Amino acid sequence: MTEFLNDWGISLMVFLPLIGAALMAFVPASQEENHKTIALFTTLATGLVGILLIADFDYDNSDVLQFAVDARWIEVINARYTVAMDGMSLPLIALTLLVVPLVIIYSWNHIPNPGNPKTFLMLILVLHTGMLGSFVAQDLVLFFVFFEVVLLPMFFMIGVWGGEDRLYASLKFFLYTLFGSALMLVSFLALYVLAGSSTFNMVQLAENVVTEDISKTAQVLIFGGMFMGFGIKVPMFPFHTWLPDAHTQAPTQGSVILAAVLLKLGTYGFIRIAIPILPEAAVEWAPWIGLLAVIGIIYGALGCLAQTDMKRLIAFSSVAHMGYVMLGIATLTDFGINAAIFGMVAHGIITGMLFFIAGSIKERYHTLEIARLGGLLVQAPKMGWILAITTMASLGLPGLAGFWGEFPAILAAYDPAPGLSDALFRVYMVIAAIGTVLAAAYLLWLLQRTAFGTPSEEFENDPHIHDVVTEEWIAWTPLLILMVVLGFYPRLIFGITDDAVINSLLALGG
Amino acid sequence: MLIAQEFVRPIIDWHGVAPELTLLAIGAMVTLVDIIWNEKAQRIIPTLTGLGFLAALLPVLTLWSDRDELPRVMWDGAYVVDEYSLVLKGLFLVSAYVVVLLATNYMHDGDYYEGEFYQLVSASVVGMLVMTSARDLISIFVAIELISIPAYLMAAWRKRDLKSNEAGLKYMLMGVFASALMLYGMSLLYGFAGDTRLAAIAPALRSSESIPLITLAVVFVVVGFGFKVSAVPFHTWAPDTYEGAPTPLTAFLAVASKAAGFVALMSVVIVAFPEQSGVAEPLLWVLAAVTMTVGNLIAMRQTNIVRMLAYSGIAQAGYMIAPLAVFGDVPSSAARAIVIYLVIYAAMNLGAFAVVITAARKTRSGEISSYGGLFQYAPGLAVLMTLFLFSLAGIPPFGGWYAKYQVFLVLVEPATTAGYVLAAIGAVNAVLAAFYYLSIMKQMWFMPEPNGDHTRVQITPSLQAALAITAIVTLVTGVLPGVIPDVGDLVVALP
Repeated sequence: MTEFLNDWGISLMVFLPLIGAALMAFVPASQEENHKTIALFTTLATGLVGILLIADFDYDNSDVLQFAVDARWIEVINARYTVAMDGMSLPLIALTLLVVPLVIIYSWNHIPNPGNPKTFLMLILVLHTGMLGSFVAQDLVLFFVFFEVVLLPMFFMIGVWGGEDRLYASLKFFLYTLFGSALMLVSFLALYVLAGSSTFNMVQLAENVVTEDISKTAQVLIFGGMFMGFGIKVPMFPFHTWLPDAHTQAPTQGSVILAAVLLKLGTYGFIRIAIPILPEAAVEWAPWIGLLAVIGIIYGALGCLAQTDMKRLIAFSSVAHMGYVMLGIATLTDFGINAAIFGMVAHGIITGMLFFIAGSIKERYHTLEIARLGGLLVQAPKMGWILAITTMASLGLPGLAGFWGEFPAILAAYDPAPGLSDALFRVYMVIAAIGTVLAAAYLLWLLQRTAFGTPSEEFENDPHIHDVVTEEWIAWTPLLILMVVLGFYPRLIFGITDDAVINSLLALGG
Repeated sequence: MLIAQEFVRPIIDWHGVAPELTLLAIGAMVTLVDIIWNEKAQRIIPTLTGLGFLAALLPVLTLWSDRDELPRVMWDGAYVVDEYSLVLKGLFLVSAYVVVLLATNYMHDGDYYEGEFYQLVSASVVGMLVMTSARDLISIFVAIELISIPAYLMAAWRKRDLKSNEAGLKYMLMGVFASALMLYGMSLLYGFAGDTRLAAIAPALRSSESIPLITLAVVFVVVGFGFKVSAVPFHTWAPDTYEGAPTPLTAFLAVASKAAGFVALMSVVIVAFPEQSGVAEPLLWVLAAVTMTVGNLIAMRQTNIVRMLAYSGIAQAGYMIAPLAVFGDVPSSAARAIVIYLVIYAAMNLGAFAVVITAARKTRSGEISSYGGLFQYAPGLAVLMTLFLFSLAGIPPFGGWYAKYQVFLVLVEPATTAGYVLAAIGAVNAVLAAFYYLSIMKQMWFMPEPNGDHTRVQITPSLQAALAITAIVTLVTGVLPGVIPDVGDLVVALP
């Protein structure tokens, strides 16, 4: 078993969804139930392989790349099919494996207009492969391919199944991300050539950068190209403007996947590729990244306060939350990056959950305009309480998952890596702390306006408004449980990531 | 004194020229069949021509399998069969086969002259095969004319349509003008070198002192080819010609004919001007940057899909010129990148044209808005078009990404500022291009059919074959780019 997992485990996990999608292509579109079943079983099977891998993972050596496979791919350019996982990618892989089946369960009776579950679910499966692939790829070209593969299904999900402004939103999403990744590709290639044109392997590149003695200017420029690619995906201020549109217009399932996993591809890129390979340039860039991160925190929070649409508000809160993650990364300390990884997972669970709730509210009320909502606790008390718990988690209440993403990131800014200005980062720390107050303000205000009070006249006697239904319970329970468990026992993630993070920062000398 | 010399019959490597000869024989046979059986033979002529292209592929394969014998150098280095030329010969033959598949129903249903069309296509392809091996100014010129003159005729094939007449006339006038420019540049080169062989020109230019005149010659030759590959600002003929010409011929011009222009440009620049990179590189740098940017910007404003593909093809040509902007440092990589780009570009662009021709069988329109609702009534066609367009936009895992990747790689390889800047311009252009490819996607997937007409599109067997071939190549080159044969180094030395 172990041998099989070592050789085939990761590849099987990554490509199973694609096989499922191929299978669905041969089933006529009219057999909707079959499609849902195939999609669910595929993601469950993928999850099972993932669980086996996670169970077999050697946690004592979580800084070592495990289950590594290194096979020939494009020999002409020395690009290889190299996949592996370590403590840094494991939590994100687990998050992906969890969220996608939940989304499919949620889809059971919630296929958005204009229907066609076959194509919709096939796109989710393709997305699944792309996301998992990005997290396991250890070769820059392979990473690039998976990173881009994610674009296509998301574009169609927003464009076909989205809201009124879907065309604009899907185009904006696609073009922004493409712009970043085109520059990212150029910088990957520049790195490859300057590092001796011998390999795209991330680990070896990090070594080659030292031995080939690449000039600092070149490193800083290459980091800049990567910054565009990853920063747009995160998204960092000022490249965030695609996010509110994409989130607001995307169908619930799309929003959940986008928030839970897709945004993490950007932050993951920073900690997996940009910083370990180009540590010197990272030190140069870190103050700027930190600056943009805290601007994002405040800007996102202020944006939230101004929103009248619930989904758009949650989208802006993502900008703020990803700001904390980026602040953690910008400190370049193991403490900060551990917090960032925790923040990624926590944000994935919490914001994913918020989007689920928003989708369900939209389905019942046919609107997400905050002014027209109210009294959710009266009309659908269970859902109201779920919303309450999730917003509490989102604003960083201790004891729930959100706290361990935000608080350590802020704390890490007190003492950034050597070479970074303590004073500057302490200013960032203060600003970020103010951001948490604002976060409490907009989230509690949201809760107050939607859940408290009495239902508006418009919806008072609306028979469509009912409480949480079975498939919602199935889809939501795991997320709620995780929110609490991670809140009480953060070591579940910190314990896995710590060694790997320390290892990735070795080149920084810290 | 020359006349007094006894004529020595050059040794001909019959195996080396077998592809050209086979195709010549097939072309002659098609002509004979057409003359003898006339109307009765109309149905089999396309099949016969298509099989002819595949038959000519056989000697290419045998030559490839006999690679130890390469390079086969003939006529004192004027004609070379090497890996580079074999890969390109294969590309031209397969592209021409796909074009025949595209034309089969189009020509028949449109009630155009059929036999003559295929004869002219064959003649043009013979020119392309010659071009891949030509390493001599005269044979390059003859090959270019052999490719172009049949194409002038075919562009005006829909003779009852004014636009087609305009297409043919414009194409011919511009083509002849370009040939004249090129010929002038070539005559200057011959004046310096006293030799027409590219490999002999290079050392002659090196030792020459007349820098201004050499510069003039290089500029004229490059500009002449610029017309052929529709580089901005010499592109103005392309959109009108593409729109007016019969669509299968447009596909032929946009893919095969353009590729032939690139082959000529590549051979001349890399083999004859290695020492003149100081002149040629800045010129080509500007051409590449302007071509991709202007092509993309104008493509955004198009409402007709063929015109849009024409401008997108211009932008793609910009990417193909880009490696030549740094060729002096990395000649082999530049040639390899361009050949890979040509192979992938041929597959994805022919595929896009195949969808356009297929969809036009129902919509009878070339407007982008007529693609509304394609996903509703022809999901397969919409998915294929999506594949080709994403590939053209350079999104993995479809072939186009690898083509762009190779170009970027060559640009950053010499580690010069010029290369980095051009790579960055290329990256920005990838976004511009995605914008208009997505606008078609938007019509196909997100918009309703404009007339509410949801009758299915009838895809004829030949179009099915064309779609299948192009889709498979586009996908395979994207996932396993290693399958594209390596072209090795261009043979630059004299025998």
